[in-house]
Order: sequence, then C-alpha cells, then structure tokens
Amino acid sequence: MMTYWSHQSISPVISAIFLAPLLFGVINWIKAFLSGRRGAPWLQPYFDLWKLMRKSAVYSRTTTWIFRAGPLVGLGAILTAAMIMPMGNIPALVSFPGDFVLFAYLLALGRFFTIIAALDTGSSFQGMGASREAYFSALSEPALLLALTAVARRTGSNSLSGMYEVLSSGSWALVSPAMVLVFIAIFIVFLTENARIPVDDPTTHLELTMIHEVMVLDHGGPDLAFINYGAALKMWILGQLLIGIVNPVHTGIMWLNQTISIVVSLSGPAIAVGLIEFSMARLRLKRVPQLLVAAGIFSVLALIMELR
Amino acid sequence: MIVFLLSVIIIVASGFAALVTRRSNSLSTFLGVGGVCAGSLIGLIPTFNVLIHGSRLSLHLPWHFAWGSFFVEIDPLSSFFLIPVFGVSILTAVYGAGYLQHYRQTHLLGVHWFFFNLLVAGMAMVAVAGNGVLFLISWEVMSLAPFFLVTFHSDQSKVQHAGWVYLVATHLGAIFLLVFFLLMGVNSGSMDFDHFNPSGYHHLSLLFLLAVIGFGSKSGFIPFHVWLPEAHPAAPSHVSALMSGVMIKMGIYGLFRSLVLLGVPSVGWGYVFIGIGLISGIAGVTFALAQHDLKRLLAYHSVENIGIISIGIGIGMLGLSWDNPVLVVMGMGGALLHVLNHSLFKSLLFLGAGSVQHASGTLEIEHMGGLLKRMPITGMTFLVGAAAICGLPPLNGFISEFLIYQGSVYGSMFLEGATVGAMPAVIAGLALIGGLAAICFTKAFGIVFLGTARREKGVSVRESRLSMKIPMLILSALCLLCGLLGADILKTAAPVLNMVTMNRFLDAIPLELIKAANSLRSVTWVFAGLILILTGLIFFRKWLLSKRYVQEGVTWDCGYIRPTSRMQYTASSFVQPVTGFFRNILQTRNIVSPPHGLFPTKVSLTTKTPDVFEKKFYSPLFEGTKRILFGLRWIQQGRIQLYIAYIVITLIILLIWKVR
Repeated sequence: MMTYWSHQSISPVISAIFLAPLLFGVINWIKAFLSGRRGAPWLQPYFDLWKLMRKSAVYSRTTTWIFRAGPLVGLGAILTAAMIMPMGNIPALVSFPGDFVLFAYLLALGRFFTIIAALDTGSSFQGMGASREAYFSALSEPALLLALTAVARRTGSNSLSGMYEVLSSGSWALVSPAMVLVFIAIFIVFLTENARIPVDDPTTHLELTMIHEVMVLDHGGPDLAFINYGAALKMWILGQLLIGIVNPVHTGIMWLNQTISIVVSLSGPAIAVGLIEFSMARLRLKRVPQLLVAAGIFSVLALIMELR
Repeated sequence: MIVFLLSVIIIVASGFAALVTRRSNSLSTFLGVGGVCAGSLIGLIPTFNVLIHGSRLSLHLPWHFAWGSFFVEIDPLSSFFLIPVFGVSILTAVYGAGYLQHYRQTHLLGVHWFFFNLLVAGMAMVAVAGNGVLFLISWEVMSLAPFFLVTFHSDQSKVQHAGWVYLVATHLGAIFLLVFFLLMGVNSGSMDFDHFNPSGYHHLSLLFLLAVIGFGSKSGFIPFHVWLPEAHPAAPSHVSALMSGVMIKMGIYGLFRSLVLLGVPSVGWGYVFIGIGLISGIAGVTFALAQHDLKRLLAYHSVENIGIISIGIGIGMLGLSWDNPVLVVMGMGGALLHVLNHSLFKSLLFLGAGSVQHASGTLEIEHMGGLLKRMPITGMTFLVGAAAICGLPPLNGFISEFLIYQGSVYGSMFLEGATVGAMPAVIAGLALIGGLAAICFTKAFGIVFLGTARREKGVSVRESRLSMKIPMLILSALCLLCGLLGADILKTAAPVLNMVTMNRFLDAIPLELIKAANSLRSVTWVFAGLILILTGLIFFRKWLLSKRYVQEGVTWDCGYIRPTSRMQYTASSFVQPVTGFFRNILQTRNIVSPPHGLFPTKVSLTTKTPDVFEKKFYSPLFEGTKRILFGLRWIQQGRIQLYIAYIVITLIILLIWKVR
C-alpha cells in the first residue's frame, strides 16, 4: 500500500485546519490596504466563526434534513480532501496513485450537497445560484483534471504528494512553458471554485448577481460557520495546488521548508486575489463559461506540450 | 450445472403457472414472483461457485436442430454477468409485486409475470449459451418478452409507439447478430462457441463491426440508443429497472464474449470503442439534461453509463493490442465493475422513479416538488442512487470510474507517440460527463424531492408500500457496500480478465490487479475517513445546538409578501445555462405564449427536446423506406385469385430451380 503516515505529513493538514481562516483575513486586509482603507484585523474571520458558532439556529419550514446535511457534507468533504493535499514537498497524510481524481470528486461531493441544500429552501434565488454553481463547476472540472494530468506526465508520478515532491524539489517549475499554462488553468479553477472575482463577487449586495453566496443565504448560526470555514479551507487547499508549482523552496531543512511554505500559502493567494479584486469587476455571467473553456484549453495545450 | 438448469426451469415453469392461473391476480403474482425469487436464489449458487473458484461448469447435450446443440457453460465471464441478472431480478420482482397491486383490478397480472419470468430466464440463458443457435434463441426470448412488458399500459398510444420502436430497434440489432453468428459458424463448421476459430477468417473487422452494431443496439450505443428513451418511460418501473439495470448489460456481455471469441483486436477497434463511449457518454448526459420526464432522463443516463463502460472496454482493448496489462486491468476491470455498479444504482433510480410516479401520478418533473417530506425512504434511496451515478464518494459509482480514470492517467503518463491523444480525451470526457451528471441529478433530486409541491396533487402524496421500499433500501445499501469493498470485488474479476485476454498475461494480471486493488483500498480508507469526519461533525453540531433555541421560520424571500410554490426555480430554468451551451446539439423547441394586454391572464412556456438522432436520421430513413415500399403496393390487389397465382408461380419457380 502506498499510504504512508509520518509525523511530518501531519503538518499540511494541521496548518490547513488552523490557518485557513487567516487567509480570508489577509485577503480582506490587502483589499482594504490597496483601496486606502484600514482593514479589519487579520484575525477577524476567527472572531466571526466564533460568533457564529455560539448562535442558535433558524431553519425554514420548507426544508428537510437535506438542508441541514448540506453544510456538514460540504465541510466534511473539504476536510477529507485536505488529508490528500500535500504542502509543497511535504507529503500529505494519505497518498496513493490517482488520488487527485478522488480529490476532484470530493470537491464535487461537497458541491453536490451545497446545491441540493440550496434547492431545498424552495427559493428561486437559491435555485438560480445553484444552477450557476453546477454549470460552472462542470466546466472547471475537466480543466482541473487535465492540468493535473499534465503535471503527472511531467513528474512521472500520479499522486498529488508525488507530483508536488518532484515539482518543489527540482528546478523552478515555471521555467517550463507547459507549467505556466497549467498554473494559469489551475488559477482560473481556483478563482471559480472559491467564488472570487472575476467569476463571482462575494461582496455584492444583490442576490440576483451572486452565485455561491446566494446558495447559502438561508443558512445561519453554526451551519453558516461550517460553510464559511469550509470555504476558507477550500481556498487553502486549492491554493496549495498553485503554490506547489511556483514555490521553489527546497532548503533541505524540514522546519524551514514548512515555515516558508506556510508564509507563501498565506501571502501568495491572498496577494493575487486581493490584487484582482482591487483592480477588476466581475465578468458578465455569459463570459464566465468562456473563461472556463479557456482554462480547459490551456490545460490541453500544456498536456500536448508534455506529450510531444 | 444441473442446479443452474433447475433454476431456469423453476423460473420458466413458474411463469407458465402464472399464465395458467391468470384469473386470480394474487395467486399468479405469488407464483410468478416466488418463482423468480426461488429460481434466482438457486441460480446464484453455481454462479458464485464459478466466480470464486475460477472454474467452469458445462453441459453438452445433443439437440436435433439445424446446427444447434444444447451446449451451456458457466465460465467466469458468464458468472460475472449472472450476478446482476439474478440479484436484480429478485429485487425488481419483489418491487413489482407491490407496484402492480395498483392495477390488480384492471390488468391480468399473470400474463405480465409470464413474460417477466421469460425475460429473466432468457437473460440467464444468454449468459450461459455456448452455441450460436441456442444463443440467438435465448436472445430472441430476452428481446421479445420486454415488448409485452413495455406495453403493459397498451391502451395508451404513446406506449404502443414505444413498444413498436423497441421491437423494431431490437430486431434490427438481432439481424446483425444473426449474420455475425452465421459467418462465424460457416467459417468454423460448427456453431459451438468452443469450436469457433476466427484465425482463418480474413474479415475479422467485419465480424467486429457486426458484433458492435448488434450488441451495441441492445446496450444503447449512440446512434442505436433511440429505443431507450421511448421504452423506459412507457414500461412499468420494475421492468424499466430490470431492462436498464440488467438487460442492456447483456449487450455488453455479448461484446465481451465476442472479444473472447474473436481474439486480439487490431488497435483501431480500441479507438472505436473509446470514440463510441465518449460520444455516448457526453451526448447521453447532455440529452438527459434537457428532459423533464423523470424516466426519460434516467433512460438517457443509461446511454451515458453504457458509454463509460465502452470507454473502459476501449482502454482495455488498446492494452490488449499493445501488450500492456496495466491498461487491460484498469480498462476492462473498470468496465466490469461499472457493469455491476450501474446495475445497482440504475435499477435503484428506476424503482425510485416508479414510486414517485405511483404516488404523484406523473413523471413530469416540473409538476413535482417537496416529495422528500412525504416519501422519506424513497427520497433517501433516490439520493443514494443519484450520488452513486454521479460517481461521488463514498459510493460504488466512484470506484469503477476511478479505475477507468487511472487507466487513462497511466496511459497519458507513460505512453509515447501520437496515439496517446485518446487518453487525455478520456480524462476530459469523463470529467465533463461527471460534471454534467451532477447537474442533471441535482436537478432531478432537487426539483422532485425538495422545495414545495408545485401542483395541488403533490400534497396528498403518500410513501409507497413496504414491498417497494425494501428493494430500494437493499439496493442503496449495496451501493454503499460496493463502494467500500471495491478492492475485493475487483479481485474477483481476475478469472474474467484472464479469459478476456485469452490467458496472455497470466502472470501480469494478478500483479496489476493487486496494485489496482491497493489503490482502491486507499480510496476506501479515505472513504472511511470521510464517513468518520461526517459522523463527528453531526455530533459536533448536535452538541453546539443542544442547549440552544432552534427556531423554524420561512425561507428568506427578500421581503416579498406572498411567495407561492410556483415561484420556485424549475427544472428547465435550472439547466437552462447548460442547455443553452449545447443548444446546437439539443435543438430544444420552445413553445411560448407570451403575455398579452394590460392584464395578462394566461402565459405558458413548453420546452421539448426530441431525440436528434430519431428526428434527423431514423424518421427520414423509415419514411423513405415506407415511400419506396409503397411503390410496390400494386402487387397487393386484395383479390384471392391473384394471391393463388403468386403462390403457384413461386412454386413453379422453386420446382424449376430444384430440378435444374
């Protein structure tokens, strides 16, 4: 069996679980900083989660157990996915051939339940958000899997831990044009899956224009805490897919590697997302599929480069 | 072998008994269902015996019939397909007993059970037939019986039409099989499978083509799929479940069998299978998206899943022709597992659809809503089936798709040359199919079972009776179980894989199987982790909310005062972005009557997505045939003297031909 458990491989999971909300804090701080405001403290997401956890709950009379299961399965699937996500060259808790397929399908599981939980409310706003989420993710899934296949071809390993071990220990991956394309494709998937600009705007005030936020409109209290925490965790682990490609660190000293990885994991996606959200608006909904198809094409191109 | 024949005899005999006692619906139902259950249970004994020991059981009796001999043999391949035949038959029969209760005043159920039992026996005989003639006879029984099952509601014109489409499609396919077996028989001088010797035959590709069309039309490869979306909605649900879960797999069995009979295919055939699979998979799920008849939607998903199976076979065939056991294990193994898995979750979904139809009196998704509250068991089991068919962890659908993914990832990683392109195409195709299937089943489950009832009728809906619930519960438990035991099930496929590869990789296949099983075992560990985490979260939230006030309220409606159930999102609007994306393929027609005047009273929108292949290909084809044949109508004058003259002329011609 290719599953290995070592004391180091606990660190990707632990850092994901504890540091993921901080990512949101940093993003909000950067956005505020760039627009000349003084942002909320970095730890604000933790305060919010704590506050939500202590609230009581209100459930709609229309809903069934599906509505209550949605946040649980959403978070549970992401937590499980975190078990197979390495951090740079630090292997994940569990790794085996083809684990990246399971990773993609775990994300799909969480999404499936978020969508049906939204439909459970019987509200047309949430139905609308659910419809869009389902549509966009159907287009982003091929892009993600093809991009990871290109990485697999390049590194000769078909498990996430194996791939990123090679990527992070060799020369800087971005010297290869194929990896640049892979990076762009995964970055678009990253923005889509995390419902950020230019695909979705988490801060809009109108239900009609939202995708992810409108789906969870009816959730509150601990359920909302689960959802928000799950979103942070999802951003963290999908961010790892990107950082593993660009992060050239291989000092040979484990604790130094870990520290640098964590710093980059926090600052990298935060700066990128912050800059994008500061500088551009959300795309029109009709444009989003084109963006996602473009991501798919980048993946295909990357694969063709690797296959030749 | 005697035990197996005994089981078939029990099934057939009980069918006849049901026919004889048709005056009493309760007695004939008891006899029919009891016979299927008893016969299938007995039949499972030799089946498991063969599969576990990797042995063969056979019986060869002389039979005074042109080229025929009563040669039956259970080898590992047969036994792998016999498991769903017997297993699903039991469950659908029990369900059917409950389902048909509703019609005991209006229909003769004994006739129905007679044909049901014939179908089960026919499928069992197809799987074990070792002689071409016997195979074709069993095939005909298996193909004809469903016609009478599909036309259960024979008073509806739609059902009659569906019955005819099915009959024509299945016989067009059977013609190709007849030619296939005749060519094989003529070439090798015997119709017994073990005497078939294709090595001397030059047109191997022709034989393959005949097999692909003949068996493919039974399985529902695009473009031979048109009968599925017609026949499945028309048939009673337990029949749809059996047909979609098991009968169409006999086409896949036939393809595997012809692989055994014909030997190593040329590389091109692997690509053909992958191509057919990708087209069937993507087009199948795309058409499914646009349907709002629940069973029609499920029928198109059968096309999709047959496509996935075909992709697996294609990868395995490439492995065979490239001498690559890894591809064989991943591709063929994945295809075999998907056969088993699909037979579980598809019959589960059809049974669920039947319960829904029973309760709400309609299959129109747009009219439903909120059924989960009234039918908790049906809803929960349907959800399990929906998640399984989308390949979501921790259910069985993921296991088989994972193997096929792994095969194509392996191919993309290690193969060289221009031919590798098929492998990434498979990955992209499977990912797209998975994503679209998720849209389709969030729609199907969400609109049917969640929200509130869209029509008044939905309010009075009741959960179905126990005999319908138990098969659904068993099937959903099996979906979970097969998800967790994927590695062990894959290992039982070893003798089957050895057969299909003609023992060419006797050393390599067990080795690769262990590797594949190990990664499946890791998947299972993650599944276990997932289940553990979910359980933990459930208790965590329970603890959080234990001392607090949990309120009930209305769904947030943006301050609107009088929301109605009609304002919910509909199935059509849910999939509209996607169907818009595929509008060139789907060619959905919108029939709109827009609002008029200052105070519009009546507004309506109807969307229809007919099958493009039927509309653009088959309808013109059959219309053209009809026109040509109409040109021959002058022969038919309706005068008896003329017909006698025809007969005499024919006889004279035959006489001259014979004497000459």
